[in-house]
Amino acid sequence: MTKADLVERIANSTGLTKKDTAMAVDHLIKAVKDALREGRHIEIRGFGTFKVKQRKSRTARNPRTGEPVQLPPRKVAVFKVSKELKDRISENGLSGS
Amino acid sequence: MATITKQDLVDRISDQLSCRKLDTRKIMQRFLEEITEELAKRNRLEFREFGVFEIKYRAPRKARNPQTGDTVDVPAREVVLFKPGRKLKELAERTVSKNGRHENGSTSLTG
Repeated sequence: MTKADLVERIANSTGLTKKDTAMAVDHLIKAVKDALREGRHIEIRGFGTFKVKQRKSRTARNPRTGEPVQLPPRKVAVFKVSKELKDRISENGLSGS
Repeated sequence: MATITKQDLVDRISDQLSCRKLDTRKIMQRFLEEITEELAKRNRLEFREFGVFEIKYRAPRKARNPQTGDTVDVPAREVVLFKPGRKLKELAERTVSKNGRHENGSTSLTG
């Protein structure tokens, strides 16, 4: 499922044009990025929260050689799933069982 | 006031586009619902340059209650995973932290 597929569906159900929908979706993603860049959290109720988290430096190992490598501290974008979304997923049960 | 909500996003997007707020809100609502539905169907969603949402299976495991040391059975479950894309990873590295300081690199603005 890609953005284009989503846009098509949203346009179909809202009755808005694909062009406008695509633009709004692009701007939505951009708005999330911009807010992250500003160092803000983006909390979308019922869906989840995006934020940038600081990761401490740590010693990892090269899995091939077993050699220790020092990883520098870094920042990563994380998404924390809301309880509602979690519940929606678990309602549907395990797909493998 | 570091947190941005859905309403803030709607405002920002509507300002950038000449779109009515009502439409923006409708699109955003549908967008989130579609993503949720797709995830519920175990489909993976890919947004180029932003990231991927997918469902990952977690095997059952035995954990320990750190307070009592008791063994607890954690059942198998499925979790929603977001994997940031290349562009988002780069962006995160460049983010200014809350106190307005770059934590890595030499561009510290303390003073």
